[in-house]
Amino acid sequence: MINKRVSDADEAIRDITDGQTIMLGGFGLCGIPEKCIAALVKKGVKDLTCISNNAGVDDFGIGLLLKTRQVKKMVSSYVGENAEFERQLLSGELEVELIPQGTLATRCMAAGYGMPAIFTPAGVGTEVAEGKEVRNFNGKDYLMEYAFDADFAIVKAWKGDTAGNLIFRSTSRNFNPVMAMAGKITIAEVEELVEPGELDPDMIHTPGVYVHRIFQGSDYEKRIEQRTVRPRS
Amino acid sequence: MLDKNGIARRIAKEIRDGYYVNLGIGIPTLVANYIPEGVNVVLQSENGLLGMGPFPFEGEEDPDMINAGKQTITTLPGSSIFDSAMSFGMIRSQKIDLTILGAMEVSENGDIANWKIPGKMVKGMGGAMDLVASAKNIIVAMQHVNKAGESKLLPKCTLPLTGVNCIRKVVTELAVLDILPEGGFRLIERAPGVSVDFIKQSTSGKLFAEADVKEMDLN
Repeated sequence: MINKRVSDADEAIRDITDGQTIMLGGFGLCGIPEKCIAALVKKGVKDLTCISNNAGVDDFGIGLLLKTRQVKKMVSSYVGENAEFERQLLSGELEVELIPQGTLATRCMAAGYGMPAIFTPAGVGTEVAEGKEVRNFNGKDYLMEYAFDADFAIVKAWKGDTAGNLIFRSTSRNFNPVMAMAGKITIAEVEELVEPGELDPDMIHTPGVYVHRIFQGSDYEKRIEQRTVRPRS
Repeated sequence: MLDKNGIARRIAKEIRDGYYVNLGIGIPTLVANYIPEGVNVVLQSENGLLGMGPFPFEGEEDPDMINAGKQTITTLPGSSIFDSAMSFGMIRSQKIDLTILGAMEVSENGDIANWKIPGKMVKGMGGAMDLVASAKNIIVAMQHVNKAGESKLLPKCTLPLTGVNCIRKVVTELAVLDILPEGGFRLIERAPGVSVDFIKQSTSGKLFAEADVKEMDLN
C-alpha cells in the first residue's frame, strides 16, 4: 500500500502558499480540521480563498484565520456567527461569495467526479443567478454552476489508515467526504490513524485514492456551538 | 390569533403518516413537538441526517451529532447519516415530502424572501434556496404582519428573493392561505377569534375569501 502518512499538521500544510484556494470541511464547528487550521495560523500564510460552508466563530475554527487576517475571500453558504467576520466584511477587508448550501456541496462533488459543471434550480430568479447561464430541462430552469477548482482540500475524519482511507463519525461527516474528493491535494487529519487492513473495506466512506496526506491529531476540542439538552424526567 | 406554538400546531396537522420532512429554523422547528401520535415521520436535517431524534439528556451531548441549526441532537432507531452532497441530492430529487420554513415576505405568485435585508449584515442563505427551488410541497410559517403592522403577504416581494413561484401554502398567526396557481392568496381557515375582515386588512396581496371561512381546528 502507498503510505500517505505525514508526521503532523505542520508537515501536511507545508507547501500551502499565499493566495491559494483551500477547502475546509465541517458544518458549523462540527467536523472541522482543527489541527490544520492551527498550523495555518502558525505558518502565517495569507490572502487565502477559503471554501467552507461556514466561517467559524470569533475564537475557533476559520474564525482564527480571520482574526489574523489571513483570509482574502470566503466562499460559504452561511456566515452568521462571527463578529470579526462582520467587521472585516463591512470595512471591505474581506470578500465574501455566498452560495446555496446544496450548490456548494455539489460543486465539490462535481470536482471529485470529474465533471466540469452541474445544473441546479437553486437560485433561479434570484441574485445568485446573475451572470450565470440558465438552461431549461423538461420545462424547468436550472443554473449552470462550475466545479470548484481548489489547490488544497483539508478534511477531518474519525478514523483513517496510512493508505488514506477515511471513515467519518455521525454528522461530522457533512462536507468532508465531498471536499476530500475535490482538492488537487487533499489533506486528512484523523482522530485515530491505523495500519492498512485494520479498517473494513466495506465501511470506508472516502477511498484513499482521493487522499494525499494523512496524520493523526490529538486533543481535539470539538467545541459545541449550540448546546441543547432535554431534562431527565 | 395564534402564538408561535399555535402556528406550529396547525402546521403539524398537514403532516401525513410516512412523510420525510425538512424543518427550518424558528417556528418550523416547533412543529416537531406537535406531530400527532401514530403518525410516523422522518425528519431530515440538511447537514446530513435522516431520522432526527430529540435533544440529548444533559451530559450526553455529542459534538459530532448536531442538526442544521448546530444544536446537539440524537438519532433514532432507523436513522441514517450521509454527506452534504447526498443530503441536497435527496432534496433536489424530491425524496423529501414536505418542507416547512420561515419567511420575511411571500408574494401572491408564490415568491419567497427569507435570507437578506439590504443594509443589514447578510448571514447567507444556507440551504434555503436549494429547498425552495426543489421541494414539491412547501409550507411557510410566518407572521402575517411585521412589527409596524405592515403586511408580509404582498403583491410582490420587496426584499431579495430566495425563490420564485414556489410557495403554495402559508400559515400565519391569523390564517391558513393557499397560493393559487394563477396568482393570489386564497383564505382557507382563520385563527380562532380572528375575523375575515381583519385578515383582509392584514393582507396587501390579492386575497380571495368567502364571506364565511371556517375557524382552524387545532386539536
